[in-house]
Amino acid sequence: MTDRPHVGAADLAARFREFIDPEFVISDAETMKPYECDGMSMYCEMPMLVVLPETVAQVQRVMRICHQHQVPVVARGAGTGLSAGAMPHADGVVLSLAKFNRILDIDPLARTARLQPGVRNLAISEAAAEFGLYYGPDPSSQIACTIGGNVAENSGGVHCLKYGLTVHNLLRVEMITVEGERVVLGSEGLDVCGMDLLALATGSEGLLGVVTEVTVKLLPTPERAQVVMAGFDSVQKAGDAVGGIIAHGIIPGGLEMMDGHAIVAADDFAQAGYPRDAKALLLCEVDGTAEEVQEHIEQAEALFRELGATSVCTSKNEAERALLWKGRKSAFPAVGRISPDYYCMDGTIPRRQLAHVLTEMEAMSEQFGLRVANVFHAGDGNLHPLILFDANVPGEFERTEAFGTAILRLCVEVGGCITGEHGVGVEKIRQMAYQFSDAELAQFHDLKAAFDPQGILNPGKGVPSLRFCQEYRALDDKPHSSHPAKEARHG
Amino acid sequence: MADIAQQLQDRVLAARDQGQKLNIVGGGSKSFLGRQMAVATTNLHVGEHRGIVEYHPVELVLTVRAGTPLTEIEATLAEQGQGLHFEPPRLGASDTIGGTLACNLSGPARPWSGSVRDQVLGVRLINGKGEHLKFGGQVMKNVAGFDVSRLQAGAMGTLGVLTEISLKVMPQPAATLTLVQDMAPDQVVAYMNARAAEPKPLSGACWRDGKVYLRLSGARSAVEATAEKWTGTVMDGDDGFWRQLRDQQLGFFAGDDPLWRFSVRSTATLPPLEGDWLIDWAGAQRWYRGAADTPQLEQIARDAGGQVSLFRGGDRRGEVMHHQPDALAALQKRLKHSFDPDGLFNPGRLYSWL
Ligand SMILES: Cc1cc2nc3c(=O)[nH]c(=O)nc-3n(C[C@H](O)[C@H](O)[C@H](O)COP(=O)(O)OP(=O)(O)OC[C@H]3O[C@@H](n4cnc5c(N)ncnc54)[C@H](O)[C@@H]3O)c2cc1C
Repeated sequence: MTDRPHVGAADLAARFREFIDPEFVISDAETMKPYECDGMSMYCEMPMLVVLPETVAQVQRVMRICHQHQVPVVARGAGTGLSAGAMPHADGVVLSLAKFNRILDIDPLARTARLQPGVRNLAISEAAAEFGLYYGPDPSSQIACTIGGNVAENSGGVHCLKYGLTVHNLLRVEMITVEGERVVLGSEGLDVCGMDLLALATGSEGLLGVVTEVTVKLLPTPERAQVVMAGFDSVQKAGDAVGGIIAHGIIPGGLEMMDGHAIVAADDFAQAGYPRDAKALLLCEVDGTAEEVQEHIEQAEALFRELGATSVCTSKNEAERALLWKGRKSAFPAVGRISPDYYCMDGTIPRRQLAHVLTEMEAMSEQFGLRVANVFHAGDGNLHPLILFDANVPGEFERTEAFGTAILRLCVEVGGCITGEHGVGVEKIRQMAYQFSDAELAQFHDLKAAFDPQGILNPGKGVPSLRFCQEYRALDDKPHSSHPAKEARHG
Repeated sequence: MADIAQQLQDRVLAARDQGQKLNIVGGGSKSFLGRQMAVATTNLHVGEHRGIVEYHPVELVLTVRAGTPLTEIEATLAEQGQGLHFEPPRLGASDTIGGTLACNLSGPARPWSGSVRDQVLGVRLINGKGEHLKFGGQVMKNVAGFDVSRLQAGAMGTLGVLTEISLKVMPQPAATLTLVQDMAPDQVVAYMNARAAEPKPLSGACWRDGKVYLRLSGARSAVEATAEKWTGTVMDGDDGFWRQLRDQQLGFFAGDDPLWRFSVRSTATLPPLEGDWLIDWAGAQRWYRGAADTPQLEQIARDAGGQVSLFRGGDRRGEVMHHQPDALAALQKRLKHSFDPDGLFNPGRLYSWL
């Protein structure tokens, strides 16, 4: 991948301008600057060019030209990704889908929405609301992130346990292959014949193709939803309460946990009325028919009390419910206010390991001399430890990364994984070596080559080269290793 | 209850050395599905590779060896008040979870509870190089690496030998009840879809012989209140009806005439065809028995936004799965090659060219 035939930025731009509005072929550094990173701003790179096509035919032509000249292509939605998946390639093109922002069709009876990839997640539910429908997956970034990005990352949200991830809510995706061919994965029916390419494309981080249209399932808006908030004086008790609810046969619409640091930060930010002295907080949303919610709320309140909650309170109206969620959904920016910088991790663990993992994390926090706050999709075991640091203090980001790596390693050791919803991107590429053997990584490379033999789509992301893996594994056995992720970008 | 993964791996390696092709067999209950293979194959029996590896009811996660019979899995889950919400069909006496995933088979609850593919969290499989690999995991959310686990759904073993599967399981609903009423075929599709668009605990919607059956499952209060509101009479022995539908034991499925499966937009109106119909999944799955030719049915399926396959009977030496456009066929061939470079597994079972 290192010796690509060279085609200059000016030549390439000229070719694109033959069929794309010249204003949307960007080659000057100043205008390209906002594209240098995604939500993971520690990883930056300036691209050779940025293009914003407006039609699928234009995307196909861009792909054909890039394929011909072996120029790397990095698709980009809203750039809210948290694993540097949309970080540009220095010798490549950023293909922004920002112009594809139309909702093409909503079919209220079939309960589907056909969307261009640049449609914002929240806009889907907003448009479906008049039909009493909504789109299930609700990442905290839903105001900004796009459905194309959601497909590429298989994004989740606080309602995943009951309503599933992006992959569970898709019917059909149109994708442009590296050769510029348009293929349709899935259908308007629920199942298709043969291997499940739609599932494979979901979460493939822009490595297999460029998504140009998405048909999603819509769900009937529940009659009623209420949140029970329960405070606990230990994380262990809160963790047990999560298990207790599920063992009782209740599948909450959302089940979220915050630790003491996150509670205070979120409450300062949102004035949500959280119990500030609690060591752990559960937000348990029950939704369904009016009768069902009534029945389950009573059971949940009783269970939490029985399992040692120090405070239990339930939202009485929509405003109260929204406020309780506001605290949780703004937990990241809230933590951002108590520290100059924070680094968001995304491991998943079996829930029974929660207390163990949090205790270990406290110990590591001391060891690395960095604070950590935890928000947690407790229902499905997805942890978001937020490591607080100051990028202006020399060495602190490196220490933060080492701490983060130690956390992910622990997640894998207890039977979990290195990323629940944010993706591998560049950021977690070295930790892939903890979760997968060389043979498994080699299979991933072979699979990728079936779609993209020359490695043009989002190169250097998602799957580490085997050579680097050996180096990572060796380096990780030394304390405070420096930055092999940097090299991986060009790998 | 044995772990024979090593033996399976040795068998694959030996087949590779000796230039043999392998027919992967779980319980053998779905041998009628897919194409008749044109080349000679040796059976690779996975059925002995069985047993529950790990089950944590509170995690809602089950890990089993691929040859484990569905009956054994469901009995174990039932002890904890849990079950497989995709309602895997029993198409024989010995259906295994591996075969269920490979064929991507789900029962009447599929539109509401998801398919077997939707519940899969991870798999282990032996690829065509004889490597025993692990993908996904035992947690609900996992986006590290490509989703090789769900890719297996519907691949019919063409990519490798599944040895272990981790699945999401769910608590059994507290109450279930079925409403039945007469309805003409030209009204039923709109009716079922309208019901499905209401926020009610619907878990089955089927039309057969002039009657529409709606199943409600969930909290007792929700099920009872919905039954009060909706029309239809409460059905006795409804459990048996849904089980027979799931397992293709209703009279509609009897006999040797070709059985076609349409997977289409739930609201689609299909043109009149000589023959008999059963509508399931609130319109998204339609079973057809009649004399029609493949190109005609494929056109109908395409117009309805979906696909058709010849599920049972008919000519199984030709293609039985919906036609794939060239670009997708090429992709699938390359994918197959990336897992199974020597084409050991189930050659031609899914498509003649795969
Ligand atoms: C404050 C905050 C909160 C967040 N909360 C959540 C959360 O709760 N759950 C969650 O899952 N994520 C969350 N995220 C992460 C992020 O929002 C998601 O990953 C989101 O899906 C990214 O969408 P995007 O449009 O911004 O994609 P981008 O960041 O632009 O791109 C992400 C990846 O997708 C690829 N891509 C984008 N569009 C396409 C396309 N059309 N075709 C092919 N590939 C494409 C890119 O190449 C890149 O690899 C959060 C992020 C922030 C900043």
